[in-house]
Amino acid sequence: MEIRVEQENHHHGHDVGERLYLHRHSLVHSLASHLKIIAAIAFILIVVSTPITQWGAFIAYFLWLLTVVFIAKIPFPLLFKRALIEIPFIFFAILMPFFGSGEKIQVGPFDLYREGLIAGSGIVAKGTLGVMTAIILSTSTTAREILRGLERLRLPVLMVQIASFMLRYVNVVNDEMERMKVARESRGFEATGVKHWKVLATAAGALFIRSYERGERVHLSMLSRGYEGVLPHEEQIEHKATVWMKAMMYPLVAATIFITQLLIGKM
Amino acid sequence: MNTPSLEIKELAFAYPDGNQALYGVNLSIQKGERVALLGPNGAGKTTLVMHMNGIHPTSHGSIHVAGQLVDSKNKESIKEIRSKVGIVFQDPDDQLFMPTVAEDVAFGPYNMGLRADELNAVVNEALVLVGMLEFRDRPPHHLSFGQRRRVAVATVLAMKPEILVLDEPSSNLDPASRRELADILRSLDITIVMVTHDLPYAHEICARSVILNGGIIVADGSTHSILTNTALLAANRLELPVGFVI
Repeated sequence: MEIRVEQENHHHGHDVGERLYLHRHSLVHSLASHLKIIAAIAFILIVVSTPITQWGAFIAYFLWLLTVVFIAKIPFPLLFKRALIEIPFIFFAILMPFFGSGEKIQVGPFDLYREGLIAGSGIVAKGTLGVMTAIILSTSTTAREILRGLERLRLPVLMVQIASFMLRYVNVVNDEMERMKVARESRGFEATGVKHWKVLATAAGALFIRSYERGERVHLSMLSRGYEGVLPHEEQIEHKATVWMKAMMYPLVAATIFITQLLIGKM
Repeated sequence: MNTPSLEIKELAFAYPDGNQALYGVNLSIQKGERVALLGPNGAGKTTLVMHMNGIHPTSHGSIHVAGQLVDSKNKESIKEIRSKVGIVFQDPDDQLFMPTVAEDVAFGPYNMGLRADELNAVVNEALVLVGMLEFRDRPPHHLSFGQRRRVAVATVLAMKPEILVLDEPSSNLDPASRRELADILRSLDITIVMVTHDLPYAHEICARSVILNGGIIVADGSTHSILTNTALLAANRLELPVGFVI
């Protein structure tokens, strides 16, 4: 008889570098990565330069962002779960309305400082839009496609190389770390508290030395194949104007919202 | 007479810390020969291999690859030498560092100046030789250890080397992968230097063996004659597996 064990939440432990990517067939997924990077940065710049007092514009940005998330077929719960990563960063922004000086306003049961409230909500709104944009990018683009995009955008070759080596070896090092952990536990060690930090620190040191030595061996094997500082990269592909337009819709709609709020503000 | 693929004369080498590894190695390997380089741990095998493509500069003696002097000071010639001597390292993870199999195989020929269709053709050809064509777009860490080793062989075959140097090619392989690799190696029309402790594997693939110990070549002959000389093996810390009869 065959006994099958179902596993929930099975993580592909091999793929530390690709955990953020969610495979879907959508317009957003199919766009070239460098166009997506440009679009994301442009969108963020427009959002950041909008004054927070134009709260109508922020609602419009947010609705537009959710539309793109929908087009990209990214589940909303996933978006919000991943957006939680910003909480430590906006923690102080949330406190700002409570500490400050000047004019006070009453919001529900709280007595808040007006300037703190404006500044704080500005950081939260802009931060959230920025983080969610990054989530759309990282969920619809594999890590190596992002690297290729950065390369096409003429990011210094050395930085792209370092990042792509990290992507390749994070799995190898992770496996190695896992094996060392298993070997420790096989000899009855379990890290439970501060008193075990010494062992963990030693293990981390050993892992560092191993990785360093591996780096030297990798370099040696690269030299043996004629490495002279340049990694192969694909030829530039020319993208048609329509593809550009599709990708640039993201910041263009934001720009329209921005201009609209400027005009309304003037009136 | 034909130019030998590899001609080493009186090669001696000491590490910067004063530890001498090679004490005058003489070795000549003809084109198309498959030679096993045997020897105990610390005999200087890896040091010798690192001299073959100029990673270690030659401090005493000389090495010629297909008639060309290995001179680590001459940048242009060393580039050519490295395309002629293809080294397959022991740990495929050290060798395969690009995001996909095809890109990794393309790394060497790209450095040699191949581009576009020509590059693509060479990559496919090398992957066919090791039976890994269908994996060309996969990331290396998704492959089994045996598959990764075969891709590692392809990465150097793509450079069309004069000599293929393999460091412990059978280590960590399961019996089937081991046999598959042996079949591949035997099918290649190329000079092979195989560094190994795996004597049955040497017997399977190489007609000729040399034993390196204490930094010199202590024996050079047919693999059969060397593996049947029990006293010679014992003197060099080499042993056939129990029960193995040639």
